[in-house]
Amino acid sequence: MTTTAPSTRTRTGLKLTDVTLTFGDGDDQVTALDHVDLTVVPGELIAIVGPSGAGKSSLLAVAGGLARPTSGSVVVVDTDLIGLSSRALAAFRRDHLGFVFQSGNLVPALTALDQLRLVEKITGRRATTPPEELLRAVGMDQHAGRRPGRLSGGERQRVGIARALVASPSVLLVDEPTAALDRRRSHEIVEVLAFQTHEFSVATVMVTHDHDVLEHCDRVLEMIDGRLRPL
Amino acid sequence: MFLALRELAFARTRFGLMAAVIAMIAVLMVLLSGLSSGLVVDGVSGLMRSPIGAVAFSEGTKTDSAFTRSEVTRAQSDTWAAQGDVADAELLGTSIVNAKNGDGSPLDLTLFGVEPDGFVTPAAAQGREIAGPGEAVLSSSARDEGVALGDVITLSRLGTTLTVVGFTADQRTFGHVDVAFIPLTTWQEVHAGAMAGEQPSPEAYDVASVVALRGIDGRTPDLAAGDTAAHTSARTIKAAFDSSPGYAAELMTMQLIKAFLYAISALVVGAFFTLWTVQRTRELAVMRAMGASTRFLLTDGVLQAAILLVGALAVGMGVGLAFGGLLQGTGIPFALATGPILAGGALLLGLGLAGAAVATARIASIDPVTALGENR
Ligand SMILES: Nc1ncnc2c1ncn2[C@@H]1O[C@H](COP(=O)(O)OP(=O)(O)OP(=O)(O)O)[C@@H](O)[C@H]1O
Ligand SMILES: [Mg+2]
Repeated sequence: MTTTAPSTRTRTGLKLTDVTLTFGDGDDQVTALDHVDLTVVPGELIAIVGPSGAGKSSLLAVAGGLARPTSGSVVVVDTDLIGLSSRALAAFRRDHLGFVFQSGNLVPALTALDQLRLVEKITGRRATTPPEELLRAVGMDQHAGRRPGRLSGGERQRVGIARALVASPSVLLVDEPTAALDRRRSHEIVEVLAFQTHEFSVATVMVTHDHDVLEHCDRVLEMIDGRLRPL
Repeated sequence: MFLALRELAFARTRFGLMAAVIAMIAVLMVLLSGLSSGLVVDGVSGLMRSPIGAVAFSEGTKTDSAFTRSEVTRAQSDTWAAQGDVADAELLGTSIVNAKNGDGSPLDLTLFGVEPDGFVTPAAAQGREIAGPGEAVLSSSARDEGVALGDVITLSRLGTTLTVVGFTADQRTFGHVDVAFIPLTTWQEVHAGAMAGEQPSPEAYDVASVVALRGIDGRTPDLAAGDTAAHTSARTIKAAFDSSPGYAAELMTMQLIKAFLYAISALVVGAFFTLWTVQRTRELAVMRAMGASTRFLLTDGVLQAAILLVGALAVGMGVGLAFGGLLQGTGIPFALATGPILAGGALLLGLGLAGAAVATARIASIDPVTALGENR
């Protein structure tokens, strides 16, 4: 393996303290997150399971600076996201956060390799690990020139993982990566995620419905009605 | 640029169709512009290509068809000539007549009665200038009607004959009719209704339609002061164009058609990019979640529109010019003028970009949180 773990970098990872997120008010009020505490250290892959509507996506949105919590604090690499403006949040996401979306969410017009290069354009800097190498790391170097339309669901997801790693994020947030995949592919994808999490010392939070793949995770938490507890 | 180019290539059918529409709008723009310029040439080149700087009509003449209604006297012309800032002031007679060429073919002519040695008299590119009564120098375009040097043209009703002694270098028409420059005295006889060979009353030799003016060093003289002294209504030559037959109405119609074309082009481009942006909502949300700034996405979107517009407009204008080249020299009033066509192209580009920018601006309101969850 030519990729080298950036072990010299000391990074805090992700720390949510007493985070609450509510939608609406009065009788319609929904508490998506209810006093949630969560710490993820670099190199750790944690899984969050739970029934539909429990607040799993809300947790990712808050941890990823896409939604502001009603109260509590969200700290990523020593920075509290609560105080940042939308513009500063976008810049912060560029530099420190990676997302892997359900079914990949790739840009239809771009080849696998260009998906990764696009991140370099967005961040305005070169990837520490070259895109070609990242594709190889997820086993997609054979298909570097293919657009999403000609990739399988599992292959798209691999490209999605490689794309999330381009900016060398401190925190990786993964939303149901195996929802559209069969058992074998699901295992492969989560194995790749676990490997890259350790390889690049990323603090990874993965939301999943898939209890099959939990064996690859370092820790599993369950979310019910906006509250988080160990499974 | 990175994304813009790849998306153009990826969605080439959609962008190709849009480019075809923009190109056709550009073709239409070139043709309308050529038609406008052609109408101007056909309508007023007789005045436009003369050294006249301003025209004095008889006092209180209404704007439309003032050239044929107005009547001024030699005394008024002399008063104008005496103005300090007027270099030249001459009587000019204008009237539209029916005539027959020597071979009996009918011919419409605008008679411009000019002082034979005056400043309005044009040089003859073929033949010679008018020297005596009954001689005429015709617009070069009259040759297309089969008129040749030495032809004798007979005016209907009066029977007055005009001998063609020369042709101007370029087209000189007025109200879509070829101009025949004739000596002022001949024009005055025709104007007074004298039959061929008869003499009109002496006063007839004192009148013309307007006073043609030229300021010192090409400047426009003080028209108000001259009007007060000579009891006339003077207008600059440009303003006087509107008094040519049908001119103002024709141009107004063309302007209206062009205005609609420009509005349509902005709307079409705006609508296309609105749909295109809506189609991309998902990937735009994903890019925003990845931290792409609004500026990054907007620049890319507008750049994409610019590439599409410039390419399509260039092709369309090229086709329009080629097509216009074929129309030029046919009976259709059509003239390809670089200035108006470039201005039209720039306007189409500007309006297209504005339409695209407005459409693309909705990027700013896409919430990155929608990138999470299922594809909806
Ligand atoms: N924008 C919103 N406005 C109002 N309520 C919302 C909004 N987003 C989420 N909710 C509510 O918050 C709760 C948590 O939603 P969330 O999407 O986090 O659930 P989830 O655990 O991700 O569910 P699933 O497994 O179905 O994806 C739900 O009750 C949902 O209806
Ligand atoms: Mg969810």
